[in-house]
Amino acid sequence: MTGMPNAPQPVIELSQVTKVYGHGEGEVRALRGIDLRIYPGEFVAVMGPSGGGKSTCMNILGCLDTPTSGTYRFLGAQVASMSADQRAMLRRNYLGFVFQGFNLLSRTSALENVELPMVYRHVPVVERHERARRALKEVGLTGRERHVPSELSGGQQQRVAIARAIVTEPKVLFADEPTGNLDTATSIEIMKLLTFLNEERGITIAMVTHEPDIAAWTRRIVRFRDGTIESDAVNQPVRTETH
Amino acid sequence: MFLNALLLALREIRRNVLRSSLTILGIVIGVAAVITMVTIGEGATAKVQADISQLGTNLLQIYRGQGRGGGGGARAMSPPFTMADVTAIAEEINGVEAVAPSSTSNTQAIYGNNNWSTQVIGTSDQYLRVRDWNLAEGRNFSDSELRSGVAVCLLGNTVKRELFSNQDPLGATIRLQKLACQVIGVLETKGQSGFGQDQDDLVVMPLRTLQRRMVGNADVSSIQVSARDGVSTEKVQADIERLLRERRKIRPGTEDDFNVRDLKEVASAFTSSTRVLTSLLGAVAAVSLVVGGVGIMNIMLVSVTERTREIGTRLAVGAMARDVLLQFLVEAVMLAALGGIIGIILGLSAGAAATHAFQVPFVLNPSIVMLSFVFSAAVGIVFGYFPAQRAAQLDPIEALRHE
Repeated sequence: MTGMPNAPQPVIELSQVTKVYGHGEGEVRALRGIDLRIYPGEFVAVMGPSGGGKSTCMNILGCLDTPTSGTYRFLGAQVASMSADQRAMLRRNYLGFVFQGFNLLSRTSALENVELPMVYRHVPVVERHERARRALKEVGLTGRERHVPSELSGGQQQRVAIARAIVTEPKVLFADEPTGNLDTATSIEIMKLLTFLNEERGITIAMVTHEPDIAAWTRRIVRFRDGTIESDAVNQPVRTETH
Repeated sequence: MFLNALLLALREIRRNVLRSSLTILGIVIGVAAVITMVTIGEGATAKVQADISQLGTNLLQIYRGQGRGGGGGARAMSPPFTMADVTAIAEEINGVEAVAPSSTSNTQAIYGNNNWSTQVIGTSDQYLRVRDWNLAEGRNFSDSELRSGVAVCLLGNTVKRELFSNQDPLGATIRLQKLACQVIGVLETKGQSGFGQDQDDLVVMPLRTLQRRMVGNADVSSIQVSARDGVSTEKVQADIERLLRERRKIRPGTEDDFNVRDLKEVASAFTSSTRVLTSLLGAVAAVSLVVGGVGIMNIMLVSVTERTREIGTRLAVGAMARDVLLQFLVEAVMLAALGGIIGIILGLSAGAAATHAFQVPFVLNPSIVMLSFVFSAAVGIVFGYFPAQRAAQLDPIEALRHE
């Protein structure tokens, strides 16, 4: 089983992580000592009210930001002391991102969007095309390779974004409100896809959401409040399939 | 990575053709202006040089100057030269190839019903050698003709055309004032001089003939000397000045009452003034290149702001700051270089049209073309660096959130 504390080596290990924005009077303590471990193969939902610290925590987990104090180990490596370039290398080689707003390059075909991370990995052009095509097939977008984002529906755009995130076979996929801009039916499709990737492809997923029925799809729910973890519990997936 | 940046930049430029064209307009105008100016300048210089070498290679011209009467009296023309001066120069100066005396008279030439106002030059058989001029037909003066002042003449091509049209002038007799003169030769065409004068509008006759039968004196008004190839004309000029001072008994400390003009000096003076003008215009054009660079910087800054989200996405999927820097820098340089290339094409076309209009040769100067290209690319680097740096330093989180 995934998500068990006795699993060998955590992918992600936060201990006593704090994050403080600003100085003096205007100081905001976004995280007040977080301890969190995520193991390979987990599907974690991160929930909590706005300002609870979940976004800050995800930015740190995604190596986009560094903690003010505390340690963050990613696959055993100390992220807190890394330079921006070293963190960029981590993102390039081990992480995938899916955003609420899709963040696809406009006027750029689906195929080229999916190829983007491989460009920075210096993957040869032919292999790049091949892998991007396969990733698009995996998310069910065969035949849409040449479409630009404006020609695709929201759900299709998010699928392209997911293909872009998984094409490099990342250790962890971070999804920041992946269904936030989508209607219920499309949200379910996206959740089905993420579940498939987690269960069949073994990709570890950490997903921020504030919709309980989206969080319900996952196997573990972490709730943030006021910069601390309020609860961290195993979840028995409830996968609604309303149409 | 670099190749990718190139492809990316190319696509970005193509994506917004109108904006890209407007962005590079400044560079295009700047480069085109530089190239056009330089092409016209070089053409004019080449034209002047060609004209001067047409006058005769290594040609020195000796003219009478203004004599200075004692006690501040009215200035008078200094005394003319004599044939003895001509002989002395030929015999006593080293490095002289040929010496020819000359006196001139403006007159009407008449043949049949045609008449033409022209200049008659009295000289020796050395004149053609000094001027590096050949006969198209006929022959040069013989010694006896020169000695005894026989009425024979050579016609410049313009005079031949005006008097004879298509008829053969050899052996015909033309009238110059009251002198009936037999045509023994026709000169090759030289065309216009750099100063706009028709060099073929002349009649050449023996000096003695002119002196005795047309002007009625024994003066030599100027002397033309050609130096041998490889001999310094400065040296010959100095020697002639010394000899003539001696012969004309000019006391040390007083000025020469004659001038020795080196045509090469005239040419180089003309050339250098053209150069100054060219570089001045070039400098003005360079300013417009810099203005063009500011235009590129402006648009690149706008572009960075517009594409903040894209930059955030790129950073999230693993681009390093220097990848982003390279991307925007390459785009700026490519824009600038594109502007440079278009400017070069426009400039060369405008230069070709202008040189054609001014009837000067079209001289392609590869170094100025290269320089303009390199300079415009450099403008891209200099003015593209700041926006690219700004893009590279964006915080990925803020950039991703940017609307």
